[in-house]
Amino acid sequence: MKLKTTLNGSSFAFRDIKDVLAKANEPKSADRFQGIAAETATERVAAKIVLSELTVGDLTENPTIPYEKDEVTRVNIDGLNRPMYERFKNMTIGGLREWILDHKTTTEELCRASRAFTGEVAAAVAKLMSAMDLVYGASKIVRPTKCITEIGLPGTLSYRCQANSPTDDLSDILIGVMEGLSYGCGDACLGINPVTDDAETTKRIADGLWDLVKKNGVPTQITVLSHITTQMQAVRNGAPLSMFFQSIAGTQAANDNFGVSRALLEEAYDLARQSCTGLGPNLLYFETGQGSEVSIGADNGVDEMTLEARTYGFGRFFLPFMVNNVSGFIGPETLYDGKEMIRANLEDHFMGKLMGLPMGMAPCYTNHTSITQDDQEMATALLAMAGANYYMGVPLGDDVMLSYQDTSFHDDATLRELSHRLPAPEFHKWMMKMELMDENGRLTPKAGDASIFLK
Amino acid sequence: MNESQLKEIIMKTISELVTAEQGKQDTGCCTTCAPAAPHVEDGEVPDLSAVDYRQVIDVPNPANRDEYLRMRSHTVARLGVWRAGPRYRTNTFLRFRADHAVAMDAVFTDVPDQVLEEAGLFSVTTMCENKDMYLTRPDLGRRFSDETIAELKKRCKMNPDVQIIVSDGLSSTSVTANIKDILPSILQGLSSAGVSVGTPFFVKHGRVGAMDAISEALGSKVTVILLGERPGLATGESMSAYMTYGGYVGIPEANRTVVSNIHRGGTNPAEAGAFIAELCCRMLKEKASGLDLKV
Repeated sequence: MKLKTTLNGSSFAFRDIKDVLAKANEPKSADRFQGIAAETATERVAAKIVLSELTVGDLTENPTIPYEKDEVTRVNIDGLNRPMYERFKNMTIGGLREWILDHKTTTEELCRASRAFTGEVAAAVAKLMSAMDLVYGASKIVRPTKCITEIGLPGTLSYRCQANSPTDDLSDILIGVMEGLSYGCGDACLGINPVTDDAETTKRIADGLWDLVKKNGVPTQITVLSHITTQMQAVRNGAPLSMFFQSIAGTQAANDNFGVSRALLEEAYDLARQSCTGLGPNLLYFETGQGSEVSIGADNGVDEMTLEARTYGFGRFFLPFMVNNVSGFIGPETLYDGKEMIRANLEDHFMGKLMGLPMGMAPCYTNHTSITQDDQEMATALLAMAGANYYMGVPLGDDVMLSYQDTSFHDDATLRELSHRLPAPEFHKWMMKMELMDENGRLTPKAGDASIFLK
Repeated sequence: MNESQLKEIIMKTISELVTAEQGKQDTGCCTTCAPAAPHVEDGEVPDLSAVDYRQVIDVPNPANRDEYLRMRSHTVARLGVWRAGPRYRTNTFLRFRADHAVAMDAVFTDVPDQVLEEAGLFSVTTMCENKDMYLTRPDLGRRFSDETIAELKKRCKMNPDVQIIVSDGLSSTSVTANIKDILPSILQGLSSAGVSVGTPFFVKHGRVGAMDAISEALGSKVTVILLGERPGLATGESMSAYMTYGGYVGIPEANRTVVSNIHRGGTNPAEAGAFIAELCCRMLKEKASGLDLKV
């Protein structure tokens, strides 16, 4: 393992793998905030060159946080398929990049290889990739999952209908969901973020969604995104949740902060199998995003991109139905502008797919950054080319509860047209039965009218 | 604004563009022709931000207009907007952009001194020197200089049951809009419960974690920070209250109790104040906050 090089007349010596990984990053405000970013453009490239010569084995055996000290590291490594890892162990990261991009490497081989890689390896290879590399590499990987319905099949594009209310008002939520459904949004799930984190509110919202779904025969999943312990209590009280949601992160310290651990997720998975309305095998829904560890000071000096990939290595262990990346949600201290946000989204989607996760994307922005609507739409369009499994659908992209902008019902319909992809099969049939969509996935003149559900 | 008014605006804009373009070509190709003076009418384009879009259903011939409008008018979410192909209609898009502009403009203002004086709050600043530093250095937004800590110890009642702090966070507008209703409501609730309350004050450029440094400095049992949330498009006025029992620097986020979405269109500030006071009492009784405080 060599950590030194000379480039453009200067010599560079990196302290350890953590240092190489951080300095090899494209510019990110979190790295600058942590004081771990490359100081010059040449240093950045020097780090990429050193990284390209490290092997899969180097990065796996020298995790950024030691195995004994961190549960996320342990789950990353314990989750490896050892025979597959042995096959890749001696490959350099530069070689891995070319293997992924090679025409000879098939979709099937890429999918099978996913459990050869920890977060550090996935992050390393993504650091050697340009935007189009990230789009192309990810586009070769498919990852379908099944809860009640199946999403992520080739040729499909799905959406979570996210019609939140700032007061948890059920009528407000339902009219939003109805409008979303009328645009074809909601085949991944109907997923509501409640303001009040208690079992009663979670159950009340789930009951309301369940009634709507039952009455209209909508083939989809129901989630209410309170803390996972709250959802578990709600399900014990009879709430008809299809699966459990939880935000997760890339260090044990950050997961402690979120109130989540391996033991809790295993308990949740067992409860979901017994008591949720989804039959699975995929019964969990995770939310992730670059910068969450940094924003709460639980980053252990590791860069946000590597931590994000470690998060995937943690989440993958629990066979999630969907993983929902929200890089851009935190703010300018982690992703300063549109360029950083777009890059982060492409990295995350690629890293997640490489590691075998059903990646959904929420390219988004808050109102305290310079990120614009155009930046967000450019990220969305690129991710559609990369083959993201699903996006959010928020009325006009304006989440009136969480106060940020995400993709809209309109974006959802537009992306399906642009990428020639259809909703999940059962949902598409339902849309055609409701006369809201034609067989090619285009909206009919009836689509966009929520009140068809109010007749 | 109705459809015909909108059409009128668009037609007018197009015709102005066409006229300007013709004017350019005329001067370019023919020296004998004087450019036609653009015809500017009196009056102004209607104020798009003045439209109460909650009362508008742009969907043509909805299946159930009355019920649609009733439900739509109850929510701030942007519904009933219809579409141009799969995209937004022009007025929908421009209104969205106008509201985003308000939110962005709100982030970079300060709470007026007068508002703080009227609320009876003195002011201290975290270690952030300006807004850009505040936005990119959250660590400094949680910390205070030794001088500031000394000043707080001097000016505030020590070891109170409940310490209340107000901070601009990401929306000064939220402090200006809510403080005069929420603060008296909390204080009244606490005083009628016979709880000892510390000296409330204002923190400029504050993050949530600033409350932990204050809990340590002043020895409060329960600490409450009323903080401006990052503005959304529907409102720039949203405030959250974060509460801890036995707060300290490094306390897990899961140990904070949060009441969010406090503003006129969400949880009413006076009602939120009463609820916060009640929560404070419960925390004092149970000696816990956040996930440890199962309600």
